[in-house]
Amino acid sequence: MSYNFPDLTGHFGQFGGTYMAETLIPAVAELAEQYLRYQNDVEFKAELAYELKHYVGRPSPIYHAKRLSEHLGGAQIYLKREDLNHTGAHKINSAMGQALLAKRMGKKRVIAETGAGMHGVATATVAARFGMECIVYMGAEDIQRQAPNVFRMKLLGATVVPVESGSKTLKDACNEAIRDWVTNVESTFYIFGTAAGPHPYPMMVRDFQCVIGNEARVQMPEMIGRQPDAVIACVGGGSNAIGLFHPYIEVPDVQIIGVEAGGHGIASGQHAAPLTANAKVGVLHGNKVYLMQDENGQIIETHSISAGLDYPGVGPEHCLLKDIGRAQYVAINDDEAIAAFDALCRFEGIIPALESSHALAHAIKIAPAMGKDKVLLVNLSGRGDKDMNTVARIKGITL
Amino acid sequence: MSKRIQAAFDRLKQQQRKALIPFITAGDPTPAATVPLLHALVEAGADVLELGVPFSDPMADGPTIQRASERALRLGVSLRSVLAMVAEFRKQDTITPVVLMGYGNPIEAMGWDVFAKRCAEVGVDGVLTVDFPPEESHDAFEHLQRHNIAPIFLLAPTTNEARIEQVAKLARGYVYYVSLKGVTGSGSIDLSAIEEKMPQLRKHIALPIGVGFGIRDAATAKAVAKLCDGVVVGSRIVQEIEDSGVQNVVENVGKLVKELRQAIDKA
Repeated sequence: MSYNFPDLTGHFGQFGGTYMAETLIPAVAELAEQYLRYQNDVEFKAELAYELKHYVGRPSPIYHAKRLSEHLGGAQIYLKREDLNHTGAHKINSAMGQALLAKRMGKKRVIAETGAGMHGVATATVAARFGMECIVYMGAEDIQRQAPNVFRMKLLGATVVPVESGSKTLKDACNEAIRDWVTNVESTFYIFGTAAGPHPYPMMVRDFQCVIGNEARVQMPEMIGRQPDAVIACVGGGSNAIGLFHPYIEVPDVQIIGVEAGGHGIASGQHAAPLTANAKVGVLHGNKVYLMQDENGQIIETHSISAGLDYPGVGPEHCLLKDIGRAQYVAINDDEAIAAFDALCRFEGIIPALESSHALAHAIKIAPAMGKDKVLLVNLSGRGDKDMNTVARIKGITL
Repeated sequence: MSKRIQAAFDRLKQQQRKALIPFITAGDPTPAATVPLLHALVEAGADVLELGVPFSDPMADGPTIQRASERALRLGVSLRSVLAMVAEFRKQDTITPVVLMGYGNPIEAMGWDVFAKRCAEVGVDGVLTVDFPPEESHDAFEHLQRHNIAPIFLLAPTTNEARIEQVAKLARGYVYYVSLKGVTGSGSIDLSAIEEKMPQLRKHIALPIGVGFGIRDAATAKAVAKLCDGVVVGSRIVQEIEDSGVQNVVENVGKLVKELRQAIDKA
């Protein structure tokens, strides 16, 4: 099997592409060109490696969740600790790479969209680190449910712009960031948060996030003498997932499982799980992907307890991996994610992000029926400090 | 049929006049108002009509057209109902070209084959999908061409010469030059920048060139008309629709467009 996507025009089979307004086409073309130029540049790679080690704190460890595994009585659960990165999530891996590229392209102003706020914090962080102006677009509803992250971004010197249009969540923040970019195209670098959007973003963000899977491929044999039986990650746009999955695509016998946000359940229609719910192919935010939409092609509002997964589309490479059968995609409901969140707090002393709790919940679901010699590697993509308000509200507690 | 677009520009050329191309969002302020509004636009002197197909995520539009799309969608307007509006309009007007403008996904959902066929049936003459550049449009345009529907393309200040050439090969009807870097209805227009870009566009494009984005009053319309073949006015008209009550909307929009017409004819 030889897997080599995207093609030169940014397509993953029928998915991906460059569906953008004309004004931005030259900008994404320039970005693709510059990325290809620096991707294998010795100096660029050395600088990125230095920043990831000394600033981000990589490599992130892998941790054997022994008490949780014993409690479940089946497969052993291992966690890739992206929550231990500087800023508390995997988002910094790609924000750092993109900021270094922006620096080389002479861009002094960066913009970003954010849902849970983790990508906004990561972008504000690298902007401060390199002395760039930073504007973050965030849905008004997400600003409500992720207040601590809004404050963090402001402390870091970023301007947070509330987005009041549409559903006031991640997709609307993305629309607004695109509107900013089209207006300020020459001065501005759009630090995109996930492995989606117009080419080269799905490829570029994936490549920067692949540090997760590349480390895991070395770490797992060191810890247990072999690769895991399955790698599991949550999928909104899917950048933490593709970062773990991609290095494992051509590793035989490793099952790949993406976990989408099931919200109130697939049957309720209130979820953010386009792959699991067999959504139709559509075009949004620059790429062709499986997309939650009504019969008239209007994008429908999604629901998830986790702001970071609350998005109607998904990255094009996940669409392809689903179609060719290399990865399977499942959904975890809000309440299952909360139960997993509680379990990790109590059994391991780790407070996970609600996004990552979805991946963990699936591992908790399948582990008991598996042998004790089986190994599940879960990407713990972020820490849960930002979710205190949401979790407290669900538990009926006033902070 | 794209023939109607060509005939309109041929007539204008003979009369040595510039085209006035107003844009409204279908279904705004109400679905019932759209066909009367289209007739009023023609009555006031419009040469080509751009009819916006509302979309949930209008990434290239400023707040004015965003709100119009939201109003229309709340009233249940869909691509299907927009096509029905064009059919209704054609009962009385078989001459004025109608161009549908919007985003690709509602068309993807319908299927380009079905869409192109329906366009031909109801009397749509051209289609402009903001987020479908030439690179991603091969299949779509085969269907449009088969039914003689003109693919209308946007060109921007950032478009380089090689892309202008590429678009020139695919475009039919007219070409829409986006006068500024930004979303619809934003910023202030830079006339000298348009003037500077025009020779580069003309070098490759034989079709008429319309200019739009940011044209907010009669004086600007007149100044822009001097530089090109047609003036596209969208947000300003949509703003008028928003500011008018349903009772007065046809009259107010007619009055505004008449002013624009007179200004352009003085160019």
